[in-house]
Amino acid sequence: MASRPLTLYEKIWADHVVERRDDGTCLIYIDRHLVHEVTSPQAFAGLRAAGRPVRRPDLTLAVPDHNLPTTARLDAEGNRLPIADPAGASQLAALERNAPEFGIRYIDAVAAEQGIVHVVGPEQGFTLPGTTLVCGDSHTSAHGALGALAFGIGTSEVEHVLATQTLLLQQSKTMEVRIEGTLGFGVGPKDVALAIVGRLGAAGGTGYVLEYTGSVIRDMSVEGRLTVANMSIEAGARSGLIAPDDKTFAYLQGRPMAPKGADWDRAVAYWRSLATDPGATYDATIVIDAADISPSLTWGTSPEDVVAITDVVPDPDSFADPAKRTAARKSLDYMGLEPGTRMQEIPVENIFIGSCTNSRIEDLRAAAEVLRGRRIADGVRQALVVPGSGLVKRQAEAEGLDRVFTDAGFEWREPGCSMCLGMNPDRVPAGERCASTSNRNFVGRQGPGARTHLVSPVMAAAAAVTGRLTDVRSLMGK
Amino acid sequence: MEPVTRVEGRAYPWGAKNIDTDIIIPARWLKTTTREGLGQGAFESVRAEPGNVFDDPRYAGAPVLIAGENFGCGSSREHAAWALGDMGVKAVIAPSFSDIFSGNAFKNGIVAVVLPQEAIDRLVEVARDNPVTVDLETMTVTTPFQDRFTFAMDPFRRDCLMQGLDEIGMTLARDQAIGGYEANVAQGRPWLSAAAGNAPGRAAA
Ligand code: SF4
Repeated sequence: MASRPLTLYEKIWADHVVERRDDGTCLIYIDRHLVHEVTSPQAFAGLRAAGRPVRRPDLTLAVPDHNLPTTARLDAEGNRLPIADPAGASQLAALERNAPEFGIRYIDAVAAEQGIVHVVGPEQGFTLPGTTLVCGDSHTSAHGALGALAFGIGTSEVEHVLATQTLLLQQSKTMEVRIEGTLGFGVGPKDVALAIVGRLGAAGGTGYVLEYTGSVIRDMSVEGRLTVANMSIEAGARSGLIAPDDKTFAYLQGRPMAPKGADWDRAVAYWRSLATDPGATYDATIVIDAADISPSLTWGTSPEDVVAITDVVPDPDSFADPAKRTAARKSLDYMGLEPGTRMQEIPVENIFIGSCTNSRIEDLRAAAEVLRGRRIADGVRQALVVPGSGLVKRQAEAEGLDRVFTDAGFEWREPGCSMCLGMNPDRVPAGERCASTSNRNFVGRQGPGARTHLVSPVMAAAAAVTGRLTDVRSLMGK
Repeated sequence: MEPVTRVEGRAYPWGAKNIDTDIIIPARWLKTTTREGLGQGAFESVRAEPGNVFDDPRYAGAPVLIAGENFGCGSSREHAAWALGDMGVKAVIAPSFSDIFSGNAFKNGIVAVVLPQEAIDRLVEVARDNPVTVDLETMTVTTPFQDRFTFAMDPFRRDCLMQGLDEIGMTLARDQAIGGYEANVAQGRPWLSAAAGNAPGRAAA
């Protein structure tokens, strides 16, 4: 064809335009909609008030995750245990009522498939390449790892999608984020994600859809790609895309909601056609050398506050931008840190391995590898491992990983968002520090006064063992 | 939605940058099933500091908030817009907004006005003791002095705000186009629909 070479994003966009308005705004069709308990009650209430049905319940999947306590959900007789927090319980009850009322498939709190929306979608094959996928949650960007144009939406948009299966959108700019080379020992997808956010800054991707390319991404597993795409939003980008390839297809084949038979073959042929054409142009490109990526972590209260574990807490005066200097001072004050302190000397009292960023089986395997035959340090008061879904939990148990964690002194929990955000009972106490595999270190994110250091699963495990932020490479003798 | 043409009155002269949605409304306030009452939790951590703008009686109930760049970054929670609306804010002026927040603000009839940093600096100074006016008709922000800052806005959003239009109702009117698109997809990408037996089916209610 003689047509202009297109990027992956442009192809997906073009295939989803229902109508284009004169001002360039497009009515975009939404192929997949994930719904959870926190951002949907007001949307369903809006539909009910206007007497509107859900247009395509068959393209919608509901699962609770944010509020659910991660302690046992059933008693010894198999009865559902009540949720102590009345507000959380009422949100959950609302979803439980709304899903069947509107004909939406609902994975309930005690189903084996329950988990964090962004873990469940890919795992069930609900997330597919070349689709548009939305959810009332900003980390929906994760699904872009499979080549879905996926982004978080607000509750009014949730209502709009439920009622019309479309959204009114403006086309975004595109940015290629190319990571070339080979990652060193102890450096994983989370470090790549942190490196990107550190490099772009918390707003550097605003207005862009990122496309991750380069040998590091090609060599990365689908689960690792989910970690990278998950954090696109931390750089301000609503979506991050990775071109679907053989790894993607192998990952999806046979999943419960993935296409089967002749449909599968047709789908794969279409998916192969989506990769960015040679000669297509992006509005911006950044290139990161894998050799420059170390085991990394955050020191402040923005995910852009990234340093290597071998570094020190930065001096606010070292920042050129006066606004950043002020922000850094406030951050350090909140974090209880002094400039110049070696990151590796900072003690931690809490460890959290979980969240939609790092709660899949490969994450648990990597962390367990570090913990095998080791114990958490005395100063660590709380160490949680929270699998991203019931299926991840089951798989981990089949591999004996749960025993590795519990032998090391970790608590092995039921799936959910857990300590990623202070909405359910899992919290970091005020003034305490947490090495966390989640994606946000905002003030109060893990509970009022909680101090978060974002790390990879192996770094969280290493910190658990020593009781301070630790270079996993030295712990593992490399 | 209430139509909005002009927002006039006192403005919180804040100007803080990178205000994320956890600062606008902390997560523990998200457990509501209605859109009302969130004003109580708005800027909770800021309000814990003595002398903060939000508890300054001069700005009580101010309809305008002046903020720094990247306002509303972070999560997609529309509660941030509801909380602002509930505390009576009808317009936020900042050098830039996160994409999701500005969409959420718009859908709740809150005008997100983008002005350059110099204008923000000036407005913060003036707003300490004077009202400001945001006018969608003239697309300007003005003060009782000579200040007159023009801003740009997507014409569609502007129309919707000024007419108080319900976006869902407008899209539902495009039912034929949506149905036509669906029919095409059923042919071209049949694996996407439940009819193919692979997408999630209806709940066995
Ligand atoms: S795990 Fe954290 S970031 Fe992910 S969906 Fe849950 S709350 Fe959001």
